Formats: sequence, C-alpha cells, structure tokens
Amino acid sequence: MNETPLWASESFWKKTAIWVTAGSFLILVVLTFDSLKQTTAGTQRVPAYDVINKKIDYQFDKELNKFMPVIGGEELLFGKEYTEEEARELVDLGKKTTQAKNCMNCHTLLGNGAYYAPDLTKAWLDQGWISPEMREDMMLQFLMNPEKNARTFGTGRKMPNLGITEAEAKGVVAFLKWMSSIDTNGFPYNFKTLYAED
Amino acid sequence: MKSGGLAGVIENAGVLVDRSRGYWQDFQNWVQLDSSTLSPGRQLAVKYFIVAVILFCAQILFGLLAALQFIFPGFLYEILDFSVNRMVHINAMIVWMLYGFFGCIYWLLEDESGTEIVGLKYGNIAFWVLTGAVTIVVLVYLLVQIGPGKDSSLWFINEGREYIEAPRWADIGIVAVVLTFFYNVVATFSKGKWSGIAGVLTLDLVALAGLYVAGMFYMTNITHEQYWWWWVIHLWVEATWEVLVGVIMAWSLMKLLGVRRKIVETWLYIEVALMFGSGILGLGHHYFWIGTPEYWLTIGGFFSALEPIPLVAMVVHAVYDAGAHSFKTGNHPALAWIIAQAFGNFFGAGVWGFMHTLPQINLYTHGTQWSASHGHLAFFGAYATINIAFFYLAIQHWRGDVWMAGGIKNAWRWKWALGLLNAGVLGMTIALLIAGYEQSFIERAVEGSTWGGYFAAQSQPAFQSAMTWRLFFGLITASGLVLLVWDLLTIGKGEERKAEMPQQA
Repeated sequence: MNETPLWASESFWKKTAIWVTAGSFLILVVLTFDSLKQTTAGTQRVPAYDVINKKIDYQFDKELNKFMPVIGGEELLFGKEYTEEEARELVDLGKKTTQAKNCMNCHTLLGNGAYYAPDLTKAWLDQGWISPEMREDMMLQFLMNPEKNARTFGTGRKMPNLGITEAEAKGVVAFLKWMSSIDTNGFPYNFKTLYAED
Repeated sequence: MKSGGLAGVIENAGVLVDRSRGYWQDFQNWVQLDSSTLSPGRQLAVKYFIVAVILFCAQILFGLLAALQFIFPGFLYEILDFSVNRMVHINAMIVWMLYGFFGCIYWLLEDESGTEIVGLKYGNIAFWVLTGAVTIVVLVYLLVQIGPGKDSSLWFINEGREYIEAPRWADIGIVAVVLTFFYNVVATFSKGKWSGIAGVLTLDLVALAGLYVAGMFYMTNITHEQYWWWWVIHLWVEATWEVLVGVIMAWSLMKLLGVRRKIVETWLYIEVALMFGSGILGLGHHYFWIGTPEYWLTIGGFFSALEPIPLVAMVVHAVYDAGAHSFKTGNHPALAWIIAQAFGNFFGAGVWGFMHTLPQINLYTHGTQWSASHGHLAFFGAYATINIAFFYLAIQHWRGDVWMAGGIKNAWRWKWALGLLNAGVLGMTIALLIAGYEQSFIERAVEGSTWGGYFAAQSQPAFQSAMTWRLFFGLITASGLVLLVWDLLTIGKGEERKAEMPQQA
C-alpha cells in the first residue's frame, strides 16, 4: 500500500483539531470580553436601570433600516422617580421573581424560553395595555390575579395564579420596562407599540 | 384500639413490603438477567442506563401532558401547569442523555484502557448521590413548583432558566459528580493505556464540566445572564456533546463493524476540528437578539452555516463503514440505531438547524415553534439514538454475547420500536414545523409580535391542527418507547446461539 498522504494522516488532523479548537476558543474569549463590556447596564445597547424613569418607545429607524428603542423624556413608573440604585433593586426583584416563578417555561424573554405564552421582550409597550395611563395598573392587577384579569384573546389559555405579591409585581413591571429599552438589533420586527398611531 | 391500629399499620406495611419483594422477585425471574456476565465497571454503566430509561419515560410522559395543554388549556390548570410539565419534559431529557453518556463511557472505559476502573467505589457513590439529587429536584419541581422572588427560591426550588432549571444546590452536586467521573476516566486511562479516543474524551470532559460553571450565577442584567446561559446550553449540545457522541460512535464502530482504529481515530480528529471549528463561534447565532453587538449577526450566521458540515461527514463515515464491512455486524438493532443516529443528527441538528439559523430568517422564526421542531428532531436524532444503540450493545453483552439480529425470535419488537420512535419524532417535527411557519408569518411578519398577534397565530386552524398532529405523533412515540422498554428487557432471552462479533481488520 502507498504511504498515507499528509492530508489524510492521523497526526495532521490531530494537530488541526487542536489548533482549530484553541483558535476558535481564543476568538470567543476576546469577543466575550468585548460583548460584556458593550452590554453592561448603562451603555448604549443596555441602558442603566434608571431608564425606568423615562418614556421608552420602539420605532422603525429608516437610516438603520431596523426597529430601535427610543428613550424619551420623563415618564415615571408608579409616580416615583427612582435613583439608579433604587431602580436596580426594583429591577433585580422583578428579574428574580421571573426566575422563581419559572416564567420562561411558558413565555419567551428576548425570544428565549417556551412557546405557550407571548414573548415578553417588549411586553411593556404592548397595545394590549390600551393606553399609557391604564398600563401600570392593568399590569399589576394581571400579575397578581391573572385568572380574574385573564388576557386569553379567546384562546382559553390563562396564566395560573403564581402568588405574586404587590412588591414583586412592581418589580416585574420595572424589569419589563427596563428590558424593553434594550437594543435587540431590531427584534421583534414590525412591533407596533401602544404609542404608535395607526 | 390505638395500639391495635399501630400494630395493624405495621402489619400492613410488612405485607406490602413482602408483596413488593415478591413482585420484584417475579420481575427478576421473568427478565432472567445475570449480572455475573458483567465486569464491575459495566455493572455501574448498566445502573446509569437503567435510570436513563426511566427518565426517558418521564420525558415522554410530561411531554404528552404539555402537548395536551396546547389543545385543552384547562387540563391540569393550577395543578400541573404547562410550565411545570415543560420543565420536567426538557430536564428529564437533558438528564437522561447525560446518564446515558456516563453509562456509555463507563461501559467502554475498561475495554479502551485495558484495565479496571480505578475509582469504582467513588463512581458508585457518585451514581447514588446524583440519582438521589435528581429525585429530590424532580419532587420539588412537581410539589413545590415555584417560590417567592428571593435568592432562596433559586437555591432550593428552581432557577427558572430553561434547560438548567436545577436549583443551585443541585448544580454544585452535579459539578462534584462530574469531577468524580472525570477523575475515574483520567485515572483509569493513566493506569492502563491512552489512545486517541481517550485523549479526545478527556479534553471534552474538561470542557463539559467547566462550561456548566458558566451557568451557575444569578445576574440582574438579562443580556449578560443569557450570554452565559448560552455558553452552557450551546457549547454543551452543539459542541461538547457532539464530540462526546463522536467518541462513543468511534468506539462503537470498531466493536460493531470491526473498523480499523487508525481510520476511526483519524475521522474523530477530523470531526473534532470541524465540530469545534464551526460550533464554538456558531454560538453567535444565539447572540443575534439578546442585546449583544451587531457583529454577532455576521459571525453567528457564518459559522452556524458551517455547523452541518461535520454532521454530513458523520453520515458519510457511518454509511461508508457499514457498507465497507457489508453490514456484517453481531448486533443488528444497535447498528440500525447507529445509522438512525447518523441521519437523525444530520437532519435534526444540521438541516433543521440551518433552515432558521441565518439572521435574515431568524428575525421571524426566533422564539416560535420552529425552535421546538428543530429541538425535537435534533435531540432525538443526535443523542437519543446513540444512547439506544448503546442500550442494545449493553443488553447483548449482559445476555452473554448472544446472537442479536433481524431473524431472532420476536425481532418484530425491536424493528417496530425503531420504526415507531423514528416515525413519531419525525411526525412531531413536521407538525411543529408547520406551526412554526404559520407563527412566523402571522404573529411575526404580519402582526408584529404583539400579544394580540401571538394569540391570533395560536388561534389559526393551521396551528391548531398542527398541535393535534403533534399530540398524535407524540402518542406514536410513546407507544414506540413502551415497545422499546419491553424489547430491551426481553431481547436475547433464551437465545442460545452466540453472536459472531467482527474482528478488527
């Protein structure tokens, strides 16, 4: 039998495997440092937690050719102006509540999760809350007593009562408001907010 | 009366224990398996396989409950909600596959290293610790379900993060168990002999254990949290698990077909190069929409488009080897499942993954039933199949290396189990794909992903009939599983003829 050519030899592929793996991993580590830096709360892409004091909208940007969050002027949450630390604590409570209540196994957050209930990425801006004035109250009532305030859109699919306290519900609303301000590269596409004029 | 009551209870309990002992005895008499044919290392492997099959049954059961809830939303409402069933469904899957992999590695470890497992005692302790922990976690999932928005809920109930919901205490336990396993593998190879397969396996296990740690932290910033969460999920199932399967496949092909070690190991290195070369940066396809920078659209799109290549290579590898050895094998069911793995992995992970991986299409398909469609075929095709192949290898050896082929008594069972399981999963995949298409059009493109749009899509007849078909094929899958369990317990029973295992050329 002829000698095995280099490209078909075991040692060549062994070395290739090692170099390719090490090289890819190195690139991933470098990109990870950069991505984490660019997405720390308080950056262009991921706003600081006190963004919950502001009006947040989501509009099509013609120049960038994609939907982008638009941070406007003051629009307080629960009629209170939060400092950055207070806002962080409130969002933190909300985030922890979404995990402890296992929201992600029915809903998607940033598009990730289960597909039994709507996506929550821009839930704060959803037209289902009718108007900015009614929104906060409707959200709190819904979270604390979902069966009575069910939003099933005729499907019969109701959120169960998860024993969410008022403090936790406020946290969840703050978390959702903050999450809606994240620049998600245009996802979801074509989303019309409750500020949009038909 | 009271003391009589107590005595009565004790007596009843005694009767119950005796009766269950009797049933266990009957079961053992019926199964007729003699563990003395197995080395101590393989006895440990078999323990892992048994728990894997039990969890596989749990996966299908809770999957059926969740599928029913799509059609009857009031079913088990506030008793076992969709979130609970779905969590148990996917967690049972992840854990049974890991149990299967651990079993496979313990099974091949002594053969590959040429020596006995070094820390067998620790291996056994780790098995019982892990199994105890899994039992507690599942009971808490089912009985406690959720907690208040505090750290204690994340530590003791569930972390609320898809796939890795296990509470933090269990995470720490899992890492400890994996380290014990890792020690056993490395120490055994060091005592015996190293090989290409051993080297790849060791490096892969380092990555597997290390990556899990990336998912063990709570973060307020959801972008950062999902960033690390994907490190665990993606780099497990689309990189380290695939390589682990490559290792198991390499060893199986040598045993089943007698393929030469040099060929198998060269292939393994090629697969590692292609798998890690595409899979590590392919991670980027999960970073399109979670707040991470735009360069991930390019990097993720490009590298994940390459991800099917190693899977094509694996199909070529398996089919070529099977053909080159004229399909001569001592274990037909195992070879059939290996072939199912090659195609299932290629279609489920490769084709179904590629179909919606480019950002231009993923903008509409992300977070719809497309992902569920892909998930069903990929996890089954890539990982369930190879584990089932191994169950057949194990049972054959356990029965004393008896003949196991298409012509044996009751061969219809393994053939029908193979057919029903594959048809069931494929049917669910197609049903979910139709649902995913409909959702992408109606909810995403037309209605713009609002809550109203979501429910409009869920109410469409196309979607609803897809959910009915999914349930139907779920039941087909379940019937295939029942048959598989029955077959695994009985195949080769009373068979006298010995298998002709191929020798390495």
